[in-house]
Amino acid sequence: MQKVIESFGVGKKFGATQALNDISFEVNESEIFGFIGPDGAGKTTLFRIIATLLLPNEGEMKVLGLDATTGFKELRSNIGYMPGRFSLYQDLSVEENLNFYATVFGTTVQENYDLISDIYSHIEPFKKRLAGKLSGGMKQKLALSCALIHKPRLLVLDEPTTGVDAVSRSEFWSMLAKLRKYNITIIVSTPYMDEAMKCDRVALIQNGRILSIDTPQKIREGFSKRLYRIRAQDKYKLIIALRKYPNTNTAYPFGDSIHVTFIDNAPGDSLPGFLESEGIPGVTIEESGAGIEDRFLELMEKTA
Amino acid sequence: MRTILYLIRKEFIQIFRNKFIGKAIFAVPIVQMLILVPAVTFEIRNVRLCIIDRDMTPESRGLISRLEGSSFFKVNYSTPSEEEANNLLLKGKCDLVLQFPSGFGKEIITGKPGRLLASINAINASSAQLTWAYLNGVIRDYNMDLIRENININTVSSPPIISVTNRYWYNEMLNYKYYMLPGILVILVTAIGFILAGLNMVREKEVGTIEQINVTPVRRYHFIIAKMVPFLLIGLVDLAIGMIMGKLAFNIPFEGSIALLFLSATLFLIAVLGLALFISTFSSTQQQYMFLGFFCMIIFILMSGVFTPLESMPDWAQKIDVINPVAYLMRINRMVMLKGSTIHDISHDLYSLVVIAIVFTSLAVNRYRKTA
Repeated sequence: MQKVIESFGVGKKFGATQALNDISFEVNESEIFGFIGPDGAGKTTLFRIIATLLLPNEGEMKVLGLDATTGFKELRSNIGYMPGRFSLYQDLSVEENLNFYATVFGTTVQENYDLISDIYSHIEPFKKRLAGKLSGGMKQKLALSCALIHKPRLLVLDEPTTGVDAVSRSEFWSMLAKLRKYNITIIVSTPYMDEAMKCDRVALIQNGRILSIDTPQKIREGFSKRLYRIRAQDKYKLIIALRKYPNTNTAYPFGDSIHVTFIDNAPGDSLPGFLESEGIPGVTIEESGAGIEDRFLELMEKTA
Repeated sequence: MRTILYLIRKEFIQIFRNKFIGKAIFAVPIVQMLILVPAVTFEIRNVRLCIIDRDMTPESRGLISRLEGSSFFKVNYSTPSEEEANNLLLKGKCDLVLQFPSGFGKEIITGKPGRLLASINAINASSAQLTWAYLNGVIRDYNMDLIRENININTVSSPPIISVTNRYWYNEMLNYKYYMLPGILVILVTAIGFILAGLNMVREKEVGTIEQINVTPVRRYHFIIAKMVPFLLIGLVDLAIGMIMGKLAFNIPFEGSIALLFLSATLFLIAVLGLALFISTFSSTQQQYMFLGFFCMIIFILMSGVFTPLESMPDWAQKIDVINPVAYLMRINRMVMLKGSTIHDISHDLYSLVVIAIVFTSLAVNRYRKTA
């Protein structure tokens, strides 16, 4: 199978800041490949290198078999890029934007309509509206339509769901899943851990380095400890108490509960009594499977 | 080609969709013509005069009435006190104090040179010089008449007088508006070229839309050309509006070929737009662009000879003007409009504009990077 992206030790420096460090990974054809990491991890820098907008200082970035630094002319016709910030013309209408990008890529909307129809149909009723007047979710669908209009082989989506409501987010992911049948490879970055589960493979990235690459399932399974979910009325008091408990390894707040691991992998019989003595009654403790975020936090802890 | 046309079309849609710019493009030339042409003038009228007449003879009164009769002077004050006159000058209530010492009339009658003292407010040096010149003119005329009258009395043979008759070519009435209007037209076209295109380009950077353009296969020169053409056309339309205004409101003469003027303006606009887009590649915000662009524009306009003759600038400044497109169009515009110069007369200026246009545009295309 042909590799769509091959990155060998890519590094990028901005002044004294090392934004990317020794980034190596491969993306297979028709894969949805996710980059998960906090803000400032280097996701946007990496994506701009893949999209031929930025030159790496070190290493080699091969996209669709071409070097991103020298083959950019040919690459640009085959990549669809959706920057993190909405970058279409706000003073052009939906329809005008779409026609514009189709023309600029030397194609027409009709030619590739089937590819975008599924997405574009949501916003077609508003095609006369100026892009700047659309809601966040509609802007995102328009941006995706424009990025797809020339039938790219690789779609580069930089935080496409940031600032978009939950319903639109899940709609967006089901659209991406449908694009698979057109043989389009997708790389996508997101700060949302729940979206990682929808990717075929994910890379966890932090401080410009890749911590781990695997399927979401495998990444979850890589969690080395047994995980317990502990709940109580006063969450704040609970986490402080748990961090005082000598057997506690890590304790992180997750929604309404605290995810805790223990040094000897079990809470031990003394925990309920300890919490009681700290003035926290009514504690429930249950073992739970680790999520991708748990694994991410664990990896962060290790590298820190 | 299709891409360029579509890019240009997009620019036009955006320009005219912008409620302010879309209208301002047509309003600016009209307002500028109506305000600047009459306002920017060196002509001096109504110089306020204060007279100290210590003589009180028919001779001194004769000169005073002459001054009153000219359209340049207005006798506002008359006082015997030198101190009061100086005060008036100090307070800015009069521009010129003219003092007749006692014995002025007697000296004239006896054939000796009469003496006068003129004190002129010279805060504005050029208006002081003009006032002085006007005053001299009136006194000379008066002098002539006196000589003629006294020929008979003194029975001296008529003094030889060389009379010079002059004619001002290309602007016979020395109408200052005729001189300024072509210059104001150039300033108008310069502003359109400098400000609009450069800001438009930087805006794409600021808003982030350039990011999306840069990943497309659009060629650099396609993009630059598409940014130039709309503003080139707008500049030419504004020039046409400005000229129509000049004809309607000031009845400016037009001696030369309109086509030649538009050809020159086209070359000029390409040069200015090239420079503006070149500057825009250095700026990442509209504020930065405005600062840099305005700086260049003001220098170019002030050094173009619109107010002051180029020949009076120091040598080094005249050398700098070799790359100043505004100086070329300023010269071309005045020559074509007032003198009726043909393409042969201005060929040197045209060639220079072509070279400047090619250089600036190439710089702009070259500096514009799609990859950082």
